[in-house]
Amino acid sequence: MAQLIRSGFSGRITKSGVLGAARSMSTAWWSHVEPAAKDPILGVTEAFLADPSPNKVNVGVGAYRDDNGKPVVLGCVREAERRIAGNLNMEYLPMGGSVKMVEETLKLAYGENSDLIKDKRIAAVQALSGTGACRLFADFQKRFSPDSQIYIPVPTWSNHHNIWRDANVPQRTFHYYHPESKGLDFASLMDDVKNAPNGSFFLLHACAHNPTGVDPTEEQWKEISYQFKVKGHYALFDMAYQGFASGDPERDAKSIRIFLEDGHLIGCAQSYAKNMGLYGQRVGCLSMVCEDEKQAVAVKSQLQQIARPMYSNPPIHGALVVSIILTDPDLKKLWLKEVKGMADRIIGMRTALRENLEKLGSPLSWEHITKQIGMFCYSGMTPEQVDRLTNEFHIYLTRNGRISMAGVTTGNVGYLANAIHEVTKTA
Amino acid sequence: MSIANDSVFSHIVQAPEDPILGVTVAYNKDQSPVKLNLGVGAYRTEEGKPLVLNVVRKAERLLVDDNSRVKEYLPITGLADFNKLSAKLIFGANSPAISENRVATVQCLSGTGSLKVGASFLGRHYHEKIIYIPLPTWGNHPKVFTIAGLSVKSYRYYNPSTRGLDFQGLLEDLGNAPNGAIVLLHACAHNPTGVDPTPHQWDQIRQLMRSKALLPFFDSAYQGFASGSLDADADAVRKFVADGGECLAAQSYAKNMGLYGERVGALSIVCKSADVAARVESQLKLVIRPMYSSPPIHGASIVATILKNEEMYREWTVELKAMADRIILMRQQLFYALKDKGTPGDWSHIVKQIGMFTFTGLNSKQVEFMAKEYHIYMTSDGRISMAGLSSKTVPHLTDAIHAAVSNVA
Repeated sequence: MAQLIRSGFSGRITKSGVLGAARSMSTAWWSHVEPAAKDPILGVTEAFLADPSPNKVNVGVGAYRDDNGKPVVLGCVREAERRIAGNLNMEYLPMGGSVKMVEETLKLAYGENSDLIKDKRIAAVQALSGTGACRLFADFQKRFSPDSQIYIPVPTWSNHHNIWRDANVPQRTFHYYHPESKGLDFASLMDDVKNAPNGSFFLLHACAHNPTGVDPTEEQWKEISYQFKVKGHYALFDMAYQGFASGDPERDAKSIRIFLEDGHLIGCAQSYAKNMGLYGQRVGCLSMVCEDEKQAVAVKSQLQQIARPMYSNPPIHGALVVSIILTDPDLKKLWLKEVKGMADRIIGMRTALRENLEKLGSPLSWEHITKQIGMFCYSGMTPEQVDRLTNEFHIYLTRNGRISMAGVTTGNVGYLANAIHEVTKTA
Repeated sequence: MSIANDSVFSHIVQAPEDPILGVTVAYNKDQSPVKLNLGVGAYRTEEGKPLVLNVVRKAERLLVDDNSRVKEYLPITGLADFNKLSAKLIFGANSPAISENRVATVQCLSGTGSLKVGASFLGRHYHEKIIYIPLPTWGNHPKVFTIAGLSVKSYRYYNPSTRGLDFQGLLEDLGNAPNGAIVLLHACAHNPTGVDPTPHQWDQIRQLMRSKALLPFFDSAYQGFASGSLDADADAVRKFVADGGECLAAQSYAKNMGLYGERVGALSIVCKSADVAARVESQLKLVIRPMYSSPPIHGASIVATILKNEEMYREWTVELKAMADRIILMRQQLFYALKDKGTPGDWSHIVKQIGMFTFTGLNSKQVEFMAKEYHIYMTSDGRISMAGLSSKTVPHLTDAIHAAVSNVA
């Protein structure tokens, strides 16, 4: 009876009688496991790395590159790390993370002199970058507003859908991008806000919308905020690009400040991945504005309860880097300068790409390249055109036509423009 | 008309303090100059200070001085070098499972994160949604598994009257488990009891489990820290892998490399074939991506730097053994101090148990008493972290235990 049991997963097979040690030791548990689909964003970089072509260009994942196409470690970060290396201890952080880091992070989002901070009305915990902050919120939402749904803009960062799905929170969408104008579909957005049941949860990109780069104007934000008040909606801001969009962190937080002025009790997911270049360190923060200090304490304690069975407490290194930079006036000044430098380079590349395309005599309008803001440009290219860019020109980007401007350099902007022109000129 | 902007979360009540981490909170509040924290399992030197290993400091400096290093996102599965080296560390450099590419390893956030990712994977892909955990076990275990959608049952483990292993009870309970159920095993230095099966007992456990197709899920948080030998502490895991069966293993570098706050660990799933391992890895990515996208780079880089450099690896084993030895010494000192004082009871379990913790046998009232009267803090189950003791503080602890067992029922 040496029947080989292929899949130990199938309950039928194992339960139908495992007789002897020999047979059971041939049980395989995972034979039925299907290969998972590649992540649409991170899979792009994998493919890029595998490509041997000397002309290859990676405008896929949103990680900043300098004008030589190289990743950048900010000077302020290197200095902070020098101070840390071998000197500080590596004890467990509290479940809610580094208190100092969180304090400084709240100041960035809510303002240096925010009354909410003074009145201790914000429940905040260190999180695993933006993803981790969103996930904590999603799990919290599921636990404490179990019947609620989340409204997510179309389009959005693809992982947003995964996060709320894994948290078992049902998703709805709201209009956002207007393909014809390659701008904001404001009228439909407002309709969706009005038509959603009172007290709905909305995910909003605070600035530099990913993947479109299309942001509401200040006036539009004010209208959205007003309508949210009328409907009693909850606003969760995902702010992954503060400072990176316009070059000015205060300006990039404008949408949040508008909501706060209107008295909204918002949630905010912040990330230092891009604006401090700390990508792999996974540093971020989730904050939730509460009615009073007592409620903030309660909410924070519950957020910690969600973090504990996930990873116990967050990683210390990135948090140390952030606190050292933000609490040292010279380092903070250096950071602000470096962040503006990154934002300016990207704005420069937008201009260059557009000008190149126009010079090539493209029949299409590329105005949106300079109107959109932040790391990404939603080019408007179709998946088929994107495939051609990749297969014929070794240019890597996500199939929704999103170009990471951070991957564009003076060295490759001509090649990129030419390739885009080639695949779109007969569009 | 505007809907009153009440918080949608006003009904939320404050969560209770975490039983383990809450001990440190209470300790921090205490103003007494003689206070002693024997709660959380973080190593302390003889001077009561946290310890960053010299080899770790060295590795950190190497990393910071290397200007070619960047902070890019790791892949979802983490740092590749780190993963390979971690698998080697626990399964052995000559493990056939590794040479046959049958192991899927992903970097995770220390032991907790590795357990969480493994549990979520099982909740999603494994046919049996029951996991058996030892009684008692680390306080965070039940929550991790429950949230992942598994139902948690326990198997007898600790025998309070012998303060040792309830081996018969263990065999009975696992024998009665449904075929295919998941079983959580502490690879070494059981937390909180410090009671480990003997090699012979491990063998019997293994054979029983294989005969019922029970799926082993190892939690290895103390490799090298228990006996001082990395290989000896991995022996149970390696014997399971050697019989050709499948298993999961969660590894942590928090204690054995002192990397606590860096959150460095790895989850390995040993599969029947390389093809299955590849598919399993791809599914693990789907669990990780919506949780935190990719793991933190710093701690894993330190580990990889040390493990791949022969000299640094050797330095590490020396420092690791020194930590394990100091703990063994503390066990002996405490045992003899209690004996000399004539404290009622048999305290030999202090030297029989292994690893960072001693399950003293004190009850929660006695624990409360010791906190209040002697400013000594431990978890309410009577677990003390030997790593928090020093020869200077052993007398104070001895007095406190003596008073507690003499005065508090």
